[in-house]
Amino acid sequence: MDFYSFAIQLLNGVQYGLLLFLVASGLTLIFGIMGIINLAHGSFYMLGAYMAFSLSSLTGSLLIAIVLGILLSVALGVFLEWALFSHLYKRDHLEQVLLTYGLILVFEELRSLIVGNDVHGVAIPDIFNWSIPLTATLSYPVYRLFMSAVCILLAVLLYLLIARTRLGMMIRAGASNREMVQSLGLNINLVYRLVFALGVALAAFAGMLAAPVSSVYPGMGTGVLIICFVIVVIGGIGSIWGALVAALLIGLADTFGKVLLPEAAGVIVYLLMAAILLWRPEGLFRRV
Amino acid sequence: MSDAILATQGLSRRFGGLMAAGNVTIELHRGRLHALVGPNGAGKTTLINLLSGELHASAGTIRYRGEDITHLSPDHRSRIGIGRSYQKTNIFPGFTAFENCRIAAQSRTPRALHIIADAFDYAPVCDAARRALEAAGLDGRGNRVAAALSHGEQRQLEIAMVLATAPEVLLLDEPLAGMGAEEAGRMVELLKKLAPDHAILLVEHDMDAVFALADTITVMVSGQVLESGPPAQIHASVAVRQAYLGDGTAAAAAS
Amino acid sequence: MKRKTLALLAALTMLALFPLAGATFYTELVTKVMILAIFALSLDLLVGYTGLVSFGHAAYYGIGAYVLGLMAPKYEAANLWLTLPAAIVLAGLAALAVGTLVVRVKGIYFIMVTLAFAQMFYFVFHDTKFGRGSDGISMNFKPVAAIGDFTPFDLANAAHVYYFVFAAMLAVFVFLRLLLRSAFGRALQGIRSNEQRMRSLGFPVYRYKLASFAIAGALAGLAGYLSALQFGFINPELLSWHQSGNVLLMLILGGLGSLYGAVVGAFAFVALQELFSSVTTHWQLLLGGTIILLVIFLPGGLASVMNRFERTLIGESGDE
Repeated sequence: MDFYSFAIQLLNGVQYGLLLFLVASGLTLIFGIMGIINLAHGSFYMLGAYMAFSLSSLTGSLLIAIVLGILLSVALGVFLEWALFSHLYKRDHLEQVLLTYGLILVFEELRSLIVGNDVHGVAIPDIFNWSIPLTATLSYPVYRLFMSAVCILLAVLLYLLIARTRLGMMIRAGASNREMVQSLGLNINLVYRLVFALGVALAAFAGMLAAPVSSVYPGMGTGVLIICFVIVVIGGIGSIWGALVAALLIGLADTFGKVLLPEAAGVIVYLLMAAILLWRPEGLFRRV
Repeated sequence: MSDAILATQGLSRRFGGLMAAGNVTIELHRGRLHALVGPNGAGKTTLINLLSGELHASAGTIRYRGEDITHLSPDHRSRIGIGRSYQKTNIFPGFTAFENCRIAAQSRTPRALHIIADAFDYAPVCDAARRALEAAGLDGRGNRVAAALSHGEQRQLEIAMVLATAPEVLLLDEPLAGMGAEEAGRMVELLKKLAPDHAILLVEHDMDAVFALADTITVMVSGQVLESGPPAQIHASVAVRQAYLGDGTAAAAAS
Repeated sequence: MKRKTLALLAALTMLALFPLAGATFYTELVTKVMILAIFALSLDLLVGYTGLVSFGHAAYYGIGAYVLGLMAPKYEAANLWLTLPAAIVLAGLAALAVGTLVVRVKGIYFIMVTLAFAQMFYFVFHDTKFGRGSDGISMNFKPVAAIGDFTPFDLANAAHVYYFVFAAMLAVFVFLRLLLRSAFGRALQGIRSNEQRMRSLGFPVYRYKLASFAIAGALAGLAGYLSALQFGFINPELLSWHQSGNVLLMLILGGLGSLYGAVVGAFAFVALQELFSSVTTHWQLLLGGTIILLVIFLPGGLASVMNRFERTLIGESGDE
């Protein structure tokens, strides 16, 4: 593999990893703050992608579709938290797993009913629809660079939100002691609702962003969910840094794997996980 | 380090900037009851957790019969003879009192490869369980589900479980917690009976019981050992009065 | 006689006489349910009695099926007495291998990591030449139960398969019953009840959990083998997360921490599946909705159901 091909795969791997990190951070946020494992998180990614498809066909512009999509996901998140997830706070993991598994089934079938099971493509918005030339034959799509940039920006914003704002402080406080926060008069229910909506929006947005590149197909939700699980396990319990490192590792392993060993590509990520678990059962960055 | 069964040297545990237990050096001898006292947050339970293996030490060593056990897992320490009871009742709530003790006794002869024979048919373990229940004053209560026992009975069960593992060292974390006067009296009698055959570390707030039972008292404050010695010395110590016994009685009464 | 024993005998008699009632379709349906019951029983050991919630149990089910598919020669029938033990052992070994890596992982991460490993095995069978790919394996012949020249029963006959599966289900049930009353089984239940205390009492908890994981995997492999035997067709979807989710659902339907519950749950699940698919092709929507309602409205949550069963179980065997 020559230098430019390698560079292209490297950039692809990093872009994929950053996208995974976006989805995984939504998952970790919801689990870390609210203690809920949400198997349906991948479904939000899938819904985001299908929304990008439907809304951009409707409005003619992916960018408008994304804005609408974000609004819809926030609304969906608020509704779901109010209707279903608020029941799960005191329940054990098995019940959360089952309820969200049921939710996956519901989302998949609803999507099947409303939009069908076809694979769709989504057009890259014109502003980004060009490539930077690298050699006579190779070039790199600007849209992918845009994706990476957006993911990095969001990651930074998330960090600022959690670490530097009053809302972030309330979120972190609520994570450690729900009752205490409530007795201080802060509306913990509102905080949880917002956090959940944020998590949903992150996953959906990632799906919308990825749609032009990965296309829109039925199994994309669970595919990304399970990879997110691997990220969380490899990255280490409770560590955002770990999730970032793990996401990039996986993005690179998967991308190079598909190119170098196509038959084993699906398995590589899990072998990586197995190797890391063997070496460090608590994940790469264990938070003491 | 004479004939100490369990001895620590400079044992410490920190959590980030907080030194939960600092530079603790104590010894436990067979036949002697060593009481550990101090206000809440002094590091007493931290020390017990360090000794039982549930917490990793940040520094220092622990020796059992001269062997370094600082890095041994909790289950390994239990198997070599270090038993521990919990301040917050930590039983098997859905099992009967008898089953609680039977499981505890089973740990000594696990017979893990016996996957077909009914565990109740193995007499040595069942007998050990019955003896432990009796020793703790729970004979006749064996068939009650543990969750249905009174608080005092659950504390008794807590002790019975440790006894069923026939340990040499007993690390007891506030066995009298939440007990009424009569129950506490019975527990003190039990501890008196156990003392000659075990090396006991007793964490307690009930100072009457402590002065009645202890051969040595160690006072901890804010993670550090303030003073250690025979009851008379501790009772007379000005430093101890100031730090603990003086305004400590209020803390003890509140706990 | 106690009411419970009467009900049990009645159910067993009905099951034993069922194939004589005629319709092959129903015989095959109940065979399928009993195979799922074995699958559910194997998971019950892990979830209901050891307290380890695995969302990747279908991996070992699928491996058991693939052992038959991959061992079966193309132009003659496989031998039952060779391939069946092989399936159990290989599924158990796979579970042992995965177990050594995952059993130390706590809480929800355990759920995640078991799902991930199941997905890994799924890709092994779906993507690689070794696994024969997404089209799966079609067996040309059913296995033969021959010992030398003697063939006690004919696995191409639906009724014979029914009774073989029935016997297997009973065997698994009795085995687990005995296992759970043994010293080993009680230690597992202790771990579920209070893992920290078990460790503090001197039990090497890791080894017990690993053993439970491996045994559960081996039994799941048995169920998978029987499934391949019944349908003659094996494909990667046997290892899908759908399959893992469904078997977990069976346990909840029937009631956790009770062996009967696993069997009842399997029947209930298939009944629901048949009911819903007769109403609409989008039956998974109804199933998903039912699961959601079940979790929300089960009074006191599932924990109380578990505790009640725990008390009943110990009360049963603690009478002396």
